[in-house]
Parts: sequence; structure tokens; C-alpha cells
Amino acid sequence: MPGRIAVSEGAAAVWQTATLTEIRRETPRATTFRLAVPEWAGHLPGQHLMLRLTAEDGYAAQRHYSIASAPDDSGHIELTLDHVPDGEVSTWFHTVARPGDTVEVRGPVSGFFAWPGDRPALLLGAGSGVVPLMSMVRHHRARGLTVPLRLLVSARSPQELIYAAELGAETTPVFTRSAPRGVPVGRMAAAHVAPLLTEPPEGGWEAYVCGSNAFAEHASRLLVAAGQPVDRIRIERFG
Amino acid sequence: MNVTRGFTGRPRVHRPGLPPGQYDAGDDWPVLSAEVTPDLGPGDWSFRIDGLVERPHTWDWDAAHALPASAYDGDIHCVTGWSKFGVRFGGVSLDAFFDVVRPHGSATHAVAYSHTGYTTNLPLADLTGGRAWIAWEYGGGPLPAEHGGPARLLVPHLYFWKSAKWIAGITLLDHDEPGFWERNGYHARGNPWDEQRYSGDRDGDSDCD
Ligand SMILES: Cc1cc2nc3c(=O)[nH]c(=O)nc-3n(C[C@H](O)[C@H](O)[C@H](O)COP(=O)(O)OP(=O)(O)OC[C@H]3O[C@@H](n4cnc5c(N)ncnc54)[C@H](O)[C@@H]3O)c2cc1C
Repeated sequence: MPGRIAVSEGAAAVWQTATLTEIRRETPRATTFRLAVPEWAGHLPGQHLMLRLTAEDGYAAQRHYSIASAPDDSGHIELTLDHVPDGEVSTWFHTVARPGDTVEVRGPVSGFFAWPGDRPALLLGAGSGVVPLMSMVRHHRARGLTVPLRLLVSARSPQELIYAAELGAETTPVFTRSAPRGVPVGRMAAAHVAPLLTEPPEGGWEAYVCGSNAFAEHASRLLVAAGQPVDRIRIERFG
Repeated sequence: MNVTRGFTGRPRVHRPGLPPGQYDAGDDWPVLSAEVTPDLGPGDWSFRIDGLVERPHTWDWDAAHALPASAYDGDIHCVTGWSKFGVRFGGVSLDAFFDVVRPHGSATHAVAYSHTGYTTNLPLADLTGGRAWIAWEYGGGPLPAEHGGPARLLVPHLYFWKSAKWIAGITLLDHDEPGFWERNGYHARGNPWDEQRYSGDRDGDSDCD
């Protein structure tokens, strides 16, 4: 399996108060939440954090969320949450949260899925699985990196494609339920992956796969079938 | 305590056996693995114990199945927050394997490794005394590949990342050596009752242990 990327580990142990500063609707189901985290230790694109909400009686719910924003020194980070029906934490964010509210975060945690911007990156995501990949795309742009980067992203429809307006030439969207005129409908297939692997960049791709377990299994098998070495595939499963 | 405005959470039913910060996943069994699920059949599988032992030994599928069968009925807990109640795994107790290799008195820790290269560290005491298994059955059927089949390590009293999928072997050492997730910021031991999730979380052992 791929080697590790060293990240600061001390930061993961401490809960910090984060203040919601901005809420941006992305799609009918997904919303971006901007948080001020003054003591944020920094992160690498692809990392996630742990988030905690606490009720009056002390009951607390904790969930993992990938960081959507690129590393910067603004003292803010962004998360993008899907609204999971009946979901305890995501429903609070989508129906109660407003600027000024505070939550607690801990992290970043785990450096395994991180991409420091060093190697060519082939990114495959579905649904909210695009979130950590977008942090990589944003980092690539913000730093003006020239290392090759490609994003294949699967969404049900153009309306449900998160960050649609921000995606550029590096991105190939795949639509599974409905697509614009002239664009085929169907799930990610060998035909999407094979061309990128027949002519890999020098040094080969570091592949990052993120989404539901079903998508992760499917996409990682496509990569292996197309010749991507298994030890250069990193997978983040949202459950 | 940092109360979140307007957050009430789900109605709370006290569930005995649920460690702090965990929720009951019910029938779900989420898959958490940073790797590609390998194509590994029983014919490709083997399991080795070496390091600080008197007689290092490797078992193939049939030899491992010839050891006395043993089952685990109970709960499992994943560091990402879900717990699963009343699961049944079938396999062989690790004690049966250790009886063959005979650990040296100097062995204190173990590194478990998988056929894919995943590693995780454990105190030897967490693997002995009927608390750990090599498991190849789940709920009466073969263990599914994405959950570590054909065979995985099972250490149900610790967070589930310690229960290495696609287990290939265990090396006994006289010191602790962090494994894959432990080098990526996770706790060295991972006791769910003490919420030992990340490095920096407290090390003390609770009585429920
Ligand atoms: C590393 C990682 C990164 C992630 N990043 C993101 C991200 O960037 N964006 C994102 O949107 N998600 C992300 N997730 C998923 C996220 O952690 C949550 O799982 C998701 O937001 C749902 O949480 P929730 O509290 O809203 O739903 P939950 O309350 O956990 O519910 C999830 C489902 O289980 C059912 N359920 C669970 N418990 C109960 C119960 N006690 N009673 C009844 N029903 C129950 C619910 O009905 C629902 O269908 C990530 C996950 C991981 C592991």
C-alpha cells in the first residue's frame, strides 16, 4: 500500500471552536459551510477533520468531514455537506445552522489521502466524494502548479454536480441519471479511465478515489483493470 | 461544554454496550479501507507467525482450518463512530496458533500485516487469552472480500482498524512499532471504552477494558 505523507499529529488531539461565517448553497442537496478556525494548524489537500455538535444535555455527535478549501492562511476552512435524509449532523447544518453559530472541530486527521502537490494526480470522485478532490484542484490552481492533475467526477445530473461552476478543463464529469443534450448517461466506465492510463505522465499517476463504498470499489477496480498499480491508489470511503 | 445552538440530536435510548461517542449502525456494515480490495482466494491465502517465537510457522488455508474452530459472538466498534451489535464471526482463536509457535517470554508487542501491505500494532496481551481470532466466516457464510475475506484478524475489544483485513501474518517484538494508521495519526492501542482514537488521546486503561 502507498507510503505515508507526514503531517502534524499533535493538532488532532485538541478540540477547537469554529465559528460559522458563511453558508453557500452548491446544489439542491449540498451546501458549503465556511468556518473561522483561528488556531487551525493547516492541512494538506485531501485531509479531513472530525466535527462535533453538542446538545444541551451534553449529548455529542461526531462525524468526519473532508476539507474542501485549499490550504491558505485565511484562518478559515470550508466544508461541503450533503444533506443525508434523517442525518443527525447534516440535518442540523442544512436546517438550523446560520452564521455566528459555533461547532467544534479537531484535526486535520489522517495524512493518508493527502496530496501535497508533488506527483501527477488522477482524481476519481462521486457525489460529495468530490470534496477532498476539490481541495486538491483548488490547491493546484492557487499555487499555479504545473504537475498534471485530472478529475473524473460522477454526479446524478448536472444540477447535482457540486462545484460545477468552478470545474475546468482538468475535469470530466460523468452523469448517471440525466445529462445535457449530446452527453451520454451512464456510470463511470473503462472508457473514461483507459485513455488517461494509456498515456500516463512521467512518473505515473498517484490515484485518489473518493465516494461511497460502492463507488470506491467500482472506481478502484476500473483503475486496476486499466493498469494503475494498486500501491498507487488511495481510497477514502465516506461509509 | 460547548453547546451547539438548536442541536438536540436523535432521541437518546441508553444502549448498554455502546462505547462513548459511538452510534449503533444497525444492519449496516460500513466498509473502511484505504486500499483496493484484493482478489485473494483461499488458495492464495497463508498466515505466518514469526519474530520472538520458538518455532515460526506458516499455515495455509487447510492447515489453519484443521485447528480447533472457535467463534466470536458480540459487538464491534469502528473509530469512525459506528458500532455493530450481536455479530457472529467464525474462525480459530489466536491462542491455538500461538500454542504452535510458542512466544518467547520477551515478546511484548505484535505487528499484524496483511497480504496487501497494511500493518497495525498491538500489545501481545490483546491477542491472547481468548480475545483475538483469525476469522473466515461472518453470519454463517464466508467473510466477504471487502470486509477482509478470505480471512482477517479479529480483535473485537479494540477499534476495528486493529482487526487487519486479508491477514497474512503476525510478527512478535519486544517493543511497540506503529503500523499504518498509527503512523497516520491514530492511537497506538485503540480502546473504544477510553476513546483512544487519535495519537494524543489519553493512554489510561479503563476498568471496562
Ligand atoms: C473520512 C470521511 C470524510 C467525509 N467527508 C464528507 C464530506 O466532505 N461531505 C459529506 O457530506 N459527508 C462526508 N462524510 C460522511 C459524513 O461523515 C457523515 O456520515 C454524513 O454527513 C452523515 O452524517 P449525519 O449525522 O447527517 O447522518 P447520520 O445521523 O449518521 O445518519 C446516516 C444514515 O444512517 C441512518 N441512521 C444512523 N444512525 C441512526 C439512528 N440512531 N437512528 C436512525 N437512523 C440512523 C440515518 O437515517 C441516515 O440514513 C465523510 C465521511 C468520512 C468517513
